[in-house]
Amino acid sequence: MKALVAVKRVVDANVKVRVKPDNSGVDLTNVKMSINPFCEIAVEEAVRLKEKGTVSEIVVVSIGPKEAQEQIRSSMALGADRGILVEADENQLGALEIAKILKGVVEAEQPQLILLGKQAIDDDSNQVGQMLGALLGAGQGTFASEVKVEGDKVQVTREIDGGLQTVELALPAIITTDLRLNEPRYAALPNIMKARKKPLDTKSPADYGVNLATKLKTVKVEAPAERKAGVQVKSVDELVEKLKNEAKVI
Amino acid sequence: MSILVIAEHDNKALNGATLNVVAAAQKIGGDITVLVAGSGAQAVADQAAKVAGVSKVLLADDAAYENQLAENVAKLVASIGSGYSHILAASTTTGKNILPRAAALLDVSMITDITAVDSANTFKRPIYAGNAIATVQSDESIVVATVRGTAFDPVAAEGGSAAVEALASAGDAGISKFINEEIVKSERPELTAARIVVSGGRGVGSGENYHTVLDPLADKLGAAQGASRAAVDAGFVPNDMQVGQTGKIVAPELYIAVGISGAIQHLAGMKDSKVIVAINKDEEAPINAVADYWLVGDLNSVVPELVSHI
Repeated sequence: MKALVAVKRVVDANVKVRVKPDNSGVDLTNVKMSINPFCEIAVEEAVRLKEKGTVSEIVVVSIGPKEAQEQIRSSMALGADRGILVEADENQLGALEIAKILKGVVEAEQPQLILLGKQAIDDDSNQVGQMLGALLGAGQGTFASEVKVEGDKVQVTREIDGGLQTVELALPAIITTDLRLNEPRYAALPNIMKARKKPLDTKSPADYGVNLATKLKTVKVEAPAERKAGVQVKSVDELVEKLKNEAKVI
Repeated sequence: MSILVIAEHDNKALNGATLNVVAAAQKIGGDITVLVAGSGAQAVADQAAKVAGVSKVLLADDAAYENQLAENVAKLVASIGSGYSHILAASTTTGKNILPRAAALLDVSMITDITAVDSANTFKRPIYAGNAIATVQSDESIVVATVRGTAFDPVAAEGGSAAVEALASAGDAGISKFINEEIVKSERPELTAARIVVSGGRGVGSGENYHTVLDPLADKLGAAQGASRAAVDAGFVPNDMQVGQTGKIVAPELYIAVGISGAIQHLAGMKDSKVIVAINKDEEAPINAVADYWLVGDLNSVVPELVSHI
């Protein structure tokens, strides 16, 4: 069966971002960009399913600026077979618009498994997979920590607040990955070279009949309130004394 | 303004997170209706009717809603959603699973994790793991949002007297099935609602050591226990104890981080705690920068000493 994996280009997880002085957003000039960590896990899971013989072809799709090609190439170096870049202005894209474009891609490609990360570490929305499920009328296995394909069904173990929950979904189904699903491999140099030759199509939102312009407007972006500097205590006695008499929390 | 709040529950009792969502709804202002979708959930509806500020409770009782499957609950929410100006749910795994699906069925955008209400359609929410706060305005006909519980003080669970109305089921979507659930049992307070949280990181060394060292401290303080991702990945504790961007967001009065370095992703889950204490052997650990009090030392001797001094 065919698997479709959606990946997002985001600021690297280890970068401490800075808010622009005019409060219009976060300053991303000259900041290291990477594939969103949850998306990388989705790619890895698809590759593992291919290695098991469950999946025959992996198509990776990214929606965003031209530079997102790099993240598609990285996914191909991990084992995806081909790529689709839907070039669009990120400022006009909300989760709903992205889900609508992905719906178009799914209808064109007809995958049985659709894998996404559970959230992007820039907007922290945690919406796209669920919205895509709704638009396709497909089942959703969100926050997946285990995926088992059995015939025309998939069993997904999900991380929920109290522990774990297992659901069974009819295929085609949407799966969004949690951190514990797997540990992504590193791309080997020969695979990075091979990935350069794999096919990559460029599309536009209009190709899927999607009208952009999200109805959510970011009015401003601010730095969070700073915590005031703390003090180093030298002994347990001093700590207990401070917690009791200064902070009054115990 | 008419606000629909999706109740969080286990068919027996209303989850406290719902009280925080009702608090956010009151800040928006308007009539508040609580939807209880469940199976044999009359007791939950009765509890929801007593919540201060709630004017009506809708009870959809059907086996299809027993396990809160998103495919079924979102279908129900979408079937009645256009009658409301706002639809809110808690930012729990259940709320985050269901609400975006309902929003897409209603063809509206949604806002995740609101932490403040500026006006009926303008809200604040953290982005980039809490390193920036965005003010977002929704021009949608229906404002759909999940609410970060720790940002709103819960309303009283008693004092209201709303009417409970039965709501017809929207049926089973037939594309998903519940198989089983493994819930971690604990005598301790619930992590996201606890007044004190004691968390361990990679520095505690092993699962055995986590319990030997941290259990007595948590017991003495009546605290909930948390962990960093490193401690969860190393198998010290189950993953539902993880605090951070990808785990639970907590804001207790006192957060004690033991053997935790303080990666950006961990800080995202706890830096709104009132008082933060760090116990670490590394003087340069990033956690010290957000801690009110930090003590450099070996946790294996410091923590037991702390227990004996409290």
